[in-house]
Amino acid sequence: MEALASLVAQADLSGFTAEEVRTITAAGDAGLAYAIGAIGPAIGIGFLVGKSVEAMARQPEAAGMVRTTMFLGIAFTEALALIGFVVFILLKFA
Amino acid sequence: MFGLEFPPINALLRWPDIFPTFNKIGLIAVLAALIGMGIFWLATRQDDSKAPKGVRNFAESIIEFIQNGIIMQTIGKAGLGWTPLLLSLFVFIYLCNMPGIIPILQMPATGRLAIPLGLALLVWVTFIGTGIKHQGLGYFGHLLWPPGMPVFLKPIVGLIEFISTIFVTPFSLTVRLMANLMAGHILLVTFGLLAESLFRAETNQFLLVPTGLLPLLMLVGITAFEVLVGFLQAYIFTILAAVYISNSLVGHAEEAH
Repeated sequence: MEALASLVAQADLSGFTAEEVRTITAAGDAGLAYAIGAIGPAIGIGFLVGKSVEAMARQPEAAGMVRTTMFLGIAFTEALALIGFVVFILLKFA
Repeated sequence: MFGLEFPPINALLRWPDIFPTFNKIGLIAVLAALIGMGIFWLATRQDDSKAPKGVRNFAESIIEFIQNGIIMQTIGKAGLGWTPLLLSLFVFIYLCNMPGIIPILQMPATGRLAIPLGLALLVWVTFIGTGIKHQGLGYFGHLLWPPGMPVFLKPIVGLIEFISTIFVTPFSLTVRLMANLMAGHILLVTFGLLAESLFRAETNQFLLVPTGLLPLLMLVGITAFEVLVGFLQAYIFTILAAVYISNSLVGHAEEAH
């Protein structure tokens, strides 16, 4: 975040007031916070669901149990992305 | 500055009081509780010696879903006594989620922190109380250290498990429900605003005006997606509550996160 802030500080922001500069940097930081925060959970959920589908195809009689466990895993993985979203809201609006 | 005026977040998530200390979110929560109770009250009014029909059929299918889809998959047969708690949790959360896409109401009551936090603390108190009831004070030992843990690892594992069970569990339950519903609400607002501002844009190029149809289509798609999210989040909250309760019933099972 500091690297981005210093990058923004070097840019030509002479035409903006301090309040506008704050809004612009906050928007950039917020976007970066969510973008980076979503990469890991995205890979994780893709991997998880793919493996679950594989398991269900190999053993259809275990589909109910696999599905329940899959939703549990998704819930825990997704929590990270959602915390990223909350950070986005905090940076952008708070 | 951005070409599109996004309203301040407080305009989307904070509602003026209908009368002092009671706003729209409170109204939705009260309605959800009353509708949930009403459905099951109507179901019990029917003569149970005949084949179930109408409301009773509907209520029984919900109960069957909770018992077969949630309790049997996590706690097992011994957990069927937990049906009332998990059923109320599921129905209340689902009915709180749905107003997010119902016209006029247009706000999920679980999109604010208060209701998810209250429910998460309820689950937290329940599973810790269950653990103490079923395993005595040894529950805290099982909570902190899996069996067969080497002595030199005990302090660090104990600390991690303590933080993850006592603090992270209710926090993640709360944030998962709240952030999912709030994200859906903000997405709906964003696409609604985009469609409106494209339709009303003052431009010389008339070809640009029909492009407002694209965010409108997206809005319809996201509304359909929100139906799924509202159900799925109620399901996940309930199933996690069942998993935590089953962990306190049988001791330190495989840690879920």
